[in-house]
Amino acid sequence: MKYEILIDGHPHQVHLERVAQGYECTVDGEAFALDVAMTARDVLSIIHQGRQYEAKREYSLMGETHIIIGSERFTAEVRDPRSLRSRRAAAGAETGPAKIVAPMPGKIVRVIAAEGDEVEAGQPIVVVEAMKMQNEIKANKKGKVTKIAVKEGSAVNAGDLLAIVE
Amino acid sequence: MFKRILIANRGEIAVRVIRACREMGIESVAVYSDVDRRALHVRKADFCEYLGPAQPSESYLNIPKILEAARRSGAEAIHPGYGFLSENAKFARACREAGIVFIGPSPESMEMMGSKTKARQNMRKANVPFVPGTETGLTSAAEALTVAEAIGYPVMLKAAAGGGGKGMRMVRTSAELASALEAAQSEALRSFGDSEVYIEKFIENPRHVEMQIFGDTQGNVIYLAERECSVQRRHQKVLEEAPCSFVDPDMRRRMGEVAVQVGKAAKYFNAGTVEFLVDAQKNFYFLEMNTRLQVEHPVTELITGIDLVQLQFLVAAGEPLPIQQQDVTLRGHAMELRIYAEDPDNNFFPSPGRITRLMSPSGPGIRRDTGVYEGWVVPLDYDPLLAKLIAYGESRQQVIKRLRRALSEYFIGGIKTNLSLFRRILQHPDFEAARVDTGFLDRLLPEPRATDARTERRVPIVAITAAIFAQQAPPGAQPTHHDDGLQADGPPAAASAQSGNAKPSGWKAAALIEGLR
Repeated sequence: MKYEILIDGHPHQVHLERVAQGYECTVDGEAFALDVAMTARDVLSIIHQGRQYEAKREYSLMGETHIIIGSERFTAEVRDPRSLRSRRAAAGAETGPAKIVAPMPGKIVRVIAAEGDEVEAGQPIVVVEAMKMQNEIKANKKGKVTKIAVKEGSAVNAGDLLAIVE
Repeated sequence: MFKRILIANRGEIAVRVIRACREMGIESVAVYSDVDRRALHVRKADFCEYLGPAQPSESYLNIPKILEAARRSGAEAIHPGYGFLSENAKFARACREAGIVFIGPSPESMEMMGSKTKARQNMRKANVPFVPGTETGLTSAAEALTVAEAIGYPVMLKAAAGGGGKGMRMVRTSAELASALEAAQSEALRSFGDSEVYIEKFIENPRHVEMQIFGDTQGNVIYLAERECSVQRRHQKVLEEAPCSFVDPDMRRRMGEVAVQVGKAAKYFNAGTVEFLVDAQKNFYFLEMNTRLQVEHPVTELITGIDLVQLQFLVAAGEPLPIQQQDVTLRGHAMELRIYAEDPDNNFFPSPGRITRLMSPSGPGIRRDTGVYEGWVVPLDYDPLLAKLIAYGESRQQVIKRLRRALSEYFIGGIKTNLSLFRRILQHPDFEAARVDTGFLDRLLPEPRATDARTERRVPIVAITAAIFAQQAPPGAQPTHHDDGLQADGPPAAASAQSGNAKPSGWKAAALIEGLR
């Protein structure tokens, strides 16, 4: 089976074939014969030429897939034309409105900017408190605050819309 | 000895105290709030008492509720842990009035050390060296200017009731002083309900070294060596070790004797810590006293061989210290890493949530004091400390190697942690050479990361791993962020990036494969 996989943004062509002793693969034309065992959900033990790798998968808050080997973390994306299109649409924040979302669950303790304010990139918009710490959530681009979606004292979940800067 | 002890705390320290109870044949009583029913300390305890809602004021900080829980459960003593009510003299007094033993110092000692200006006055009386400055709150900007002139700039303004970096201002010139004083006073009033601010000389990049002391109710006080706590971020300790490489035996003895002097001046009993600032010339100054067991107590336990929590029980039960100063011998080196639920790649934002995967290190010289387990949801209501990874070895070098090895075995999935930060610290040449001061971490953080030579070799394996996971996506192999509302929490950006599905489901991944075929 063929895959195009983006590792930290760089594309790789992977061909995968299940054989009795694991997998026979090619990555960008180079051949790899691997012995693969799943040791737990989201954890693979891979042996390649006698060298053992423990590879773990997890999902980031923003929905990316991460593969971790040793203490190194890689973002991995199985490429698909549809998801690529939609990802571009979602990431097209440099022009047009940019959503500011809560990076973690917490409570809004202060709203610093008001609707209609002109803000610089990096200027604090709201302060979210979680785990006894107050965190300034900043504008991700220069522009005009067109919407403040939260009030002081309200609770937010990770990913909730806080404000829009246009 | 007590038959039953209530632990008025949560997380790793509650588990630590429960373990000491069990080793001594004492029954433990855990308390918990709404969000902690499934917490590890509740699972480990013999008895459990419900307190109330998640807000600390309704649960772990609520004195009447905790005393009621102690009465209901028949506990004879309360261990306060650290944080929450541990340094609250009112609570210690309420315990005494309720006929329950507070495992810690007397409320009088706590009050004497609780206010920094009061502590400074007492240290003056006891002839203890402290950072030059005032011993009373500043009454005017004019007074501040006179004192600052006398001790020399830069100076530090500090809240008398302060802690955690609040109500603190560093001032470099006389022009900034008046406005900084005003800011510090209003911040102190907001944070602690007390605007008292004093002034002291600012020591450039000092080391933060603290001395563990222990007293009994017979008036004996001993010191149990120092801990080096200079690796800090925003006045929060991140890594501690004992002994401190900067402290030689003679300096240790002198610091220890001063710390004992501080303890005796406060008629101190039970575990306490005297904090010092140490300058580059090895002068040390009294900073403050913490009237509780410290987070970093395990490093002292490892090099002295003394179980500090069990010793706390003993002293609280009225027994004399079983050892004298000359019995205290130090062996080897120990280091502790504080594992926090925070994202070092994103400005150290807190990262509560479900721990989907937990792989923990073990093996020679490794101790883990933890309050979490795989599958548990780290609540957003409390401190982000998840666990402490502690290593012991014959030398500092061996401990660093052990910790690097242990970190390679450690994996916490589902939430972000500061594990990667420790890999950087432990590989830093200044840290390896023990050249640390309180500015160390602020200097390290902006440095570019060293690239790992293994990265290139791993990339094809990573690509294959991603392909294998994508292939065997259908049932069972997918992440289960389901119940606790985490899936619903999926950010809109992620949702749209994945064609309207917040998390890639099994059939979706299969469809992707089909589409590519």
